[in-house]
Amino acid sequence: MPPTGDGGTTQGGTAAVERVFREEYGRLIASLVRRFGDIDLAQEAAGEALVAALEKWPGSGVPPNPGGWLTTTAGNRAIDWIRREKQRDAKHQAAWMSHDDTPHEPTGPVEDDRLRLLFTCCHPALAPEARIALTLRLLGGLTVAEIAQAFLVPETTMGQRITRAKKKIASARIPYRVPDAADLPDRLDGVLTVLFLVFNEGYLATGDGEPVRDELTREAIRLARILQHLLPREPEVTGLLALLVLTHARRRARIRDGQLVPLDQQDRGGWDRTLIAEGHRLVRRCLAIDRPGRYQILAAINAVHTDARTASDTDWSQVVALYDQLVRLDPSPIVALNRAVAVDELDGPDVALALIDPLPLAGYHAWHAARADLLRRLGRSAEAGEAYDAALAVTRNTAERAYLARRRGELVRPVQR
Amino acid sequence: MAHYLLAVHGPAERNEFGNYGSKEEMEEAFAATGAFNDALRADGYWVFAGGLAPAETATVVDGQGPAPVMTDGPYLETKEALGGFWIIDAPDLDVALRLAADGSRACRGKVEVRPFEGLA
Repeated sequence: MPPTGDGGTTQGGTAAVERVFREEYGRLIASLVRRFGDIDLAQEAAGEALVAALEKWPGSGVPPNPGGWLTTTAGNRAIDWIRREKQRDAKHQAAWMSHDDTPHEPTGPVEDDRLRLLFTCCHPALAPEARIALTLRLLGGLTVAEIAQAFLVPETTMGQRITRAKKKIASARIPYRVPDAADLPDRLDGVLTVLFLVFNEGYLATGDGEPVRDELTREAIRLARILQHLLPREPEVTGLLALLVLTHARRRARIRDGQLVPLDQQDRGGWDRTLIAEGHRLVRRCLAIDRPGRYQILAAINAVHTDARTASDTDWSQVVALYDQLVRLDPSPIVALNRAVAVDELDGPDVALALIDPLPLAGYHAWHAARADLLRRLGRSAEAGEAYDAALAVTRNTAERAYLARRRGELVRPVQR
Repeated sequence: MAHYLLAVHGPAERNEFGNYGSKEEMEEAFAATGAFNDALRADGYWVFAGGLAPAETATVVDGQGPAPVMTDGPYLETKEALGGFWIIDAPDLDVALRLAADGSRACRGKVEVRPFEGLA
């Protein structure tokens, strides 16, 4: 193809090639794994296709179907490699992972390949941290170094974690397929958990580096969008996407001068109205399906918040009603804590504190922070100070620490004796 | 198809009812395991299975020197030991895990699923 030279989307600078490559990576790997049954081979071939694209595209321009070009090129490289290996080592083929060549019914085979890959990466026989790492590596196209940095572990550790997981997939024959209808709800829950954890790590990073890791929140949303597109009739998938989108919509208003800004103090003009409209559409779609679940309820709660023009317009009785529904599905102390924070708005801090105090969450920063806030407003400054200290002791996120430290400093000092 | 070892681990020290709390429990577990074995055979997954005598009956042999050296007792002195196992032939790990869950329920013990190297 001749160079277009119009400076538009077909221009093929190195950065553009790498952007296209990352965009296409999950699809590329997924189709190569289905075709060749080997993740390492798929990654090798994809890497060679990138090298070829970097040589060719800057001169000729990005081809009209870059994903197809990469798939064809990588496929040819993989076949070359197999021919070479066949002569050298026939045993290699025996180690190939189990795979299923039949395309999944409701979606096209190309899209479906990514779904298979997602279920393989999130297989329950893999450790949870390995599921997250593999998903980001193989579907997100993040480098090992980027994933290591995001989860604050040395690159070699992350590399070993991914290598080990891939080895287990191959030798234990973790299947490359979408689970059947009977297993789908359980397995899907595992996939949604991975995406939710990736998002949360981006939204409130646990480490003391950047307080928000946009690359993780964006990647979680991108993968959730793909999943929602592939499984549009699964309301929990739609619910998760709605939840992520509605949460992400508030990101710009959430941090000011390096400090976390609580929901009631955020500048609502800074919220992303396009994302909010999308989130509300998704929530309505869930309501129409009428099979509520955890993520759908969390999304609905966020829809109530993003519906209110000011914090005081929030329909708190609706929020508490949704939390009541959530508690019935998921009676965990963290859900009880969030419900109590909403109860505070309706019934006051003393009622909320009585609900929060008995919860077994002493290692959880949000429990201490919620107690601190309630105690402060009840005028129990000394106890509030202790609670702020306890919250500070268990969080490293710099924006949250800055917020907690400021609140701690604003406490009315108890009378010195 | 691939071969998997489904290994059942339990206390190395056994009481008079194997690892079970009572005679009834032991008999129920044996009956359930027998039924599970029949199902494995009927469905074509069966390769081999067996319960092992207590670990204390083991002998370790080292034949690497000029004359074999025998040591009384198991290779690893642990509180938990391999009590029995199945070897199954299954198409993939999902099937092996499902069978392991059924086997675990039948014999009332935790089951470790381990693939054989290559296609065995």
